[in-house]
This record gives sequence, structure tokens and C-alpha cells, in this order.
Amino acid sequence: MFETIPLTHILIVSTLMFFIGVFGFLVRRNLITILMSVELILNSVNINFIAINKFLYPERLEGLMFSIFVVAVAAAEAAVAIAIIINIYRRFSSINVEDVSEMKG
Amino acid sequence: MIMNFEYVLLIILLPLLSFLITGLTGMKYKPIWSGIIGTVSLGLSFSLSWFTAIKYFFAYGKIDAQGVLGDTFLKLTPWNINWLQLSPTLHIDMGIMLDPISVMMLVVVTTVSLMAHIYSIGYMKGEDGFVRFFSFLSLFSFSMLGLVVATNLFQMYIFWELVGVSSYLLIGYYYQKPSAVSASKKAFIVTRFADLGFLVGILILSYFTQTFDFKELVSPEGPVLGHPITAMFMGTSVLVWSMILIFMGGAGKSAMFPLHIWLPDAMEGPTPVSALIHAATMVVAGVYLVARLIPVYAIQAPAALEVVGYVGAFSSLFAAIIATTQFDIKRVLAFSTMSQIGYMMVGLGMSGYGGHEGLGYMASMFHLFTHAMFKALLFLAAGAIIHAVHSNVMNEMGGLRKYLPITHITFLIATLTIAGVPGLSAFFSKDEILVAAYHHNKFIYYIQLFVAGLTAFYMFRLYFRVFWNTEPHYHHTPHESPLTMTIPLMFLAFMAIFSGYIPFHDLVTSDGKALETHAEYIVMIPAILVGFIGIGMAWVMYKKETDIPDKISQSLRGIYTTIYHKFYIDEVYMFITHRILFRGISQPIAWFDKHVIDGTLDGMGKTTELVSDRIKGLQSGQLQKYAFVFVTGVIILLLSVLYFAA
Repeated sequence: MFETIPLTHILIVSTLMFFIGVFGFLVRRNLITILMSVELILNSVNINFIAINKFLYPERLEGLMFSIFVVAVAAAEAAVAIAIIINIYRRFSSINVEDVSEMKG
Repeated sequence: MIMNFEYVLLIILLPLLSFLITGLTGMKYKPIWSGIIGTVSLGLSFSLSWFTAIKYFFAYGKIDAQGVLGDTFLKLTPWNINWLQLSPTLHIDMGIMLDPISVMMLVVVTTVSLMAHIYSIGYMKGEDGFVRFFSFLSLFSFSMLGLVVATNLFQMYIFWELVGVSSYLLIGYYYQKPSAVSASKKAFIVTRFADLGFLVGILILSYFTQTFDFKELVSPEGPVLGHPITAMFMGTSVLVWSMILIFMGGAGKSAMFPLHIWLPDAMEGPTPVSALIHAATMVVAGVYLVARLIPVYAIQAPAALEVVGYVGAFSSLFAAIIATTQFDIKRVLAFSTMSQIGYMMVGLGMSGYGGHEGLGYMASMFHLFTHAMFKALLFLAAGAIIHAVHSNVMNEMGGLRKYLPITHITFLIATLTIAGVPGLSAFFSKDEILVAAYHHNKFIYYIQLFVAGLTAFYMFRLYFRVFWNTEPHYHHTPHESPLTMTIPLMFLAFMAIFSGYIPFHDLVTSDGKALETHAEYIVMIPAILVGFIGIGMAWVMYKKETDIPDKISQSLRGIYTTIYHKFYIDEVYMFITHRILFRGISQPIAWFDKHVIDGTLDGMGKTTELVSDRIKGLQSGQLQKYAFVFVTGVIILLLSVLYFAA
């Protein structure tokens, strides 16, 4: 069944996911939502890895392995990011990204 | 193994050990202990040195490695390590070389140093920094001993600098006194300047010969004497240049004209220091250096040896003339030292290598030995006088013979010795130098003869002014010094009388072979006569207070003032350094540094500050703005890459 879906379709889905993620990262003000956008970007890349591995080099496993790495890194990143966000909330009583501008010149 | 000389290392290391102990832990116990530690360690070195000298000269000095007794004193190297390998052929060693002059110097240095140590226990009693004084004295003894046993030029140079540092530290001992501080700086800078010449000379010599080693430098098959260097520079062989430069280092340490200006000021140091460093040991290092290299000078660079002779003769005359007008007793002795070292230089300058040609060399080393004894005695006695009357200006002294009997007798012995009275040690050594000069260069001979008369005159002027003449009003009665101070005086007086009977011509000669000497009455009789004329003139003028000295100085007003101000050499140096060097070179360079170099760097900083002030508004602190700029940039880059790649 999977073979019947052409590669282009899958790439279109992943591209859409990527730009939705970028859009969310740039536009949303809520830090949690920004984090979710980053996850979208990462997962769109994962889809690309798996699809291209499957269609172009079915006898090899590098793409699959790499996506597993990305998932692991993403999980770690989420843990750190959420810890940072919690600390930001404690300090500023807000998770609006615009309130966190202490570093301005 | 009685032939073994390895224990000589101990002679050198004991003072170092005492320096470390007193220097690091001296404050933990009573000050007197550091004096005792220093004296005991020097005492051990002293005994070992005399033991070595007797063993070397009378038993094993002529026995070579096969055990065959020859007729030549050998250069032994009981201990040597390779310290720094510069290139496959060139290396710096640290070691011990025993030959007649180094063994003789071991004796001189340890003897005078031990006397200075014992004397200082009494002289420096109750001073602040008693511990510091003794630790520096040990440091000096270590450095000087390392210098005399050096196996190679570079080791000598290293210890040469160490000696300079310890001299600096000891001249500046009274560091609360501005005059002492400036004197120590002056001594250090002047000798350091001379050492620059020494270093350049070493580098030139080692570049052409590929060795620092004294044994190789002076051996007949070695790189210098075996294969003469033909390279020339400005019409003269490079070897002559390097030997003159090396002599410049020696002239700086030995206070030869025109690098003598530091020695009179160095009298700011405590008197035992003047006796040890600035009379007996360190200031003869220059003589020792030339003597070490005498085969090179005599065979390959006779022109440089001429320079040595003339510089020595001029310095001895110059210093003797100044000494007649000075009133500070230590300064008179300082100029006298300079004059006597000039004598030694003349001896070397009038010498050749080997056989009877080497008479000047033998005479110079002989005079070095006797001078060390009687000049140390003069200084220590002067210290005892200063200790008694709390002044070193002779106008505030007079009639002291009643109060200081031992000092008086010993001082008289030393003064008679330096004046060349027959039978005392300097008579023999000075006579040999005059004989050598008589045979080589009549002009220098007459100068030295005149200086001999002057020496007798100014020394007896000093003696009569201090011990006879009119007694000034003393605030409290002067009293004789404690035993710790008088014992060294008596010992050195003994040496001053009898050291002339040591058969130097058998022991210390340029090629190590015994030398036949015989009295030459044509030289001896004039020398005795001028000595007695000098003494007689001093007797007439200074035994009782007379107006003759004043009349003479009145009638020669201009000349007298010039001499009294030491021919204005210090003022000339001041003019050169302050007016010409500082104003002509240093100040423009300082301006360049302040305005051009600092200006460039300040300008860079200011520009950066200005620019960053302008653009800091871009840093809004808004994360998403940054991300937007970043994503836009990536997209633009991507598009342009795609566009241009297509």
C-alpha cells in the first residue's frame, strides 16, 4: 500500500509541515507553541529522510538511523527547552516571547 | 684516591648552601647565627682551598693522567657536565678547572672572604639586615668561586653576571640612603654596559672557533693557535676585535678608564664589602679574564694586548693623581685600587707567552695576590677607623695612633707594603711588573715608576692625616675595635708581609713551567728611591699640620680643582647621557611611542566604540526578529545559490 503513494506526495506533505513550522516559529508569541513549531520542522525533516531512503536506496538504512537520532535529539532538546521555559515563567511570570528582551543592546 | 680533586666542588657549593640557609631561614633565629653559618661554611672552603693549593702546587699538579711527573703544571678538570648543547660542536659546560691561576684565586677569594666574614660579625653588629648582609656575602663568595674555576668562557660569563648582581645588592645594602641606591645602580649599569662588549666578544670568538672551552682555546693545536683565523673586519683581524671586546668586559669589572666611574661610588657599601668585592676579588676579575686568555692575546692578538697595557698604564696614572686630592679615606683607597689594578693590567700587557716572555704575566698574578692581601687589610683597617670615629672624612681624624694601636700597626704595615718598601710583599711583585715593563716598553715603564712614587705619597698622606697630624675634637673617645675585627687585620698583615716570599715564579707562570728570575738593580733601585721620595714628601707635608698642602693647592688652583673633581669624568658622562642620549634619542622615541603607537591603538579602540554605538539598536532582544532575519537571510542565500548555479 505504501508503495502506491508516489514520492512527490510525501515531499509535498513534509514541505508543508516545514513551512507551517517556520511560520509558527516566527509568528506565534507563546514559547510553548514556538517549541511545538520547532518539533514540526524536525519531523518534516524526518519524513524526508525516511521517504528518500525508502525510494532511492531501499537496501540501506542510514536514513532510518538518522531519523532515530533526530527523534532522540529532539526529545532531549524539548526537555531542555521546557526547563528553560519554566524558569522564564518563574522570573517573568509570562511565557510571551516578547516579554523576554533583557539582552537588547 | 689522594690525587682526586673532585671535592673542589664543595669549596664552591658550601657558600651557596650557606646563602640558601641564611637567606631562606635566617629570620627564624637570632641574627648572629647567620653570621656563624656563613663564617663556618667559608672557613671550610678556606681550609679546603689551602689544602688544594698545597696539594696542587707541591704534589699532584704536574702529574698527568698516566701518572708521569712532568715539568709543567697541567690544567686539570676534576668535574665537568654538559649543560647546554647549542650545536653538534658548540656546547656550554659547567665544570671545574684547576690550573695555577685558578688554584691561586681559590686561595685569594676564600681567604679574603673568610676575613671579611669574621670582620663583619663585629663590624655589622646590631645593624638592621645583618642576616641579609651575610646571605649576600655568601652569594658573592659562591659566584666569585664559580667564576675562577670556570672551564669555559660562557660559564665564566654566567658567574661574571652573578658577581655583578651580588655586588649591586651589597653596594645598595643601605637602601634607605639615596646615595647608596644610586651608587648601586651606577655600578650595575656601567658594568652591565661593559659586559655587553664581553658577550659580543664571546659570540664572535665562539663563532669563529666553535668552542667556549679554555683548554681548547689556549692549546697549541686548538682552533685558535693551531689554525689562525684570517677573517678581517675594518682592516683588523676579527680575533683582535673579539679580544678587545672581551677586554672591555674586563675593563668594566676592573674599573679601568673610562669605565671606572662606578668604583669610587661603590664605597657607599659597608666597608667589609668594599674590602672583599671592590678591592680584593671582584675587581680583579678583569685581570683574571685577560690572564686566562693570555696565549690568545699574546700570540694571535698582540694589538689587543697593547690596548690592555696602555689602558692599564693610563688608568693607574689617572687614578693615582686623583687619589692625592681626595679626602674621603675610602675613596682614596678606591682610587688606589684602580691604580694597582692598572699595574696588573700593565703586567699582562707587557707579557708574552711562554718562557721569559711570560714574566709580565707572572708578575701580574703575583701582584694580584699580594694586592688582594694588603688592600683588603687597608680597607678593613679603614673600616675600623670609621667604626671608631663615625666618619670617613680625614679632616675629622688625626692622632688616632694612641687610640687604635692594633689598627695603627696593621695599617702602617699595609701602607709600607703598598709603597713598595723592600722586604714587604708588594715590593717583590711591583718590582717584577716594572722589570717586565722595562724590557718591553720604556715609556710605560717611566709612567709606572712615577705612579709608584705617587702611590707612596698618597698612601702616606692618608696614613699621616689619620694617625698623626692634629687631633680634632672627638665627641667621644675613639676606642679599639673588638677581637672579631682585629684578628682579620692581624692575619692579613701577616700575609701582607710574608706573601712576597711565596715562589710565584716557580708556581704561576704563563706556560706552567718554572721561570728563572733574578734581581735587576737598574729597575729595583729607582723603584725604591721613588717610593722613599713619596714617603718623604708625605712626611714633610702631613706629619704635623703644615700649610704646604694649602699653598700647593692655592698655586695650582685650576689644576687642583680639576683633579679634585676627578677630571670631571662623571660630569662628561652625565652630559652625554642626559643631554645627548636622552634628549637626542630617548625623548624622540618616547614621543613616537606616545603619539604614533599609542595613538594608533587608541584610535582603533575609539573607532570600534563609535561604530558599535551606532549599530547597537539592531539588538532589540526580540527573539523572533532575530529568527526572521536569519530565515530571510537563509532564503536569500539559497535563492542566489540556485540562481547562479543554474
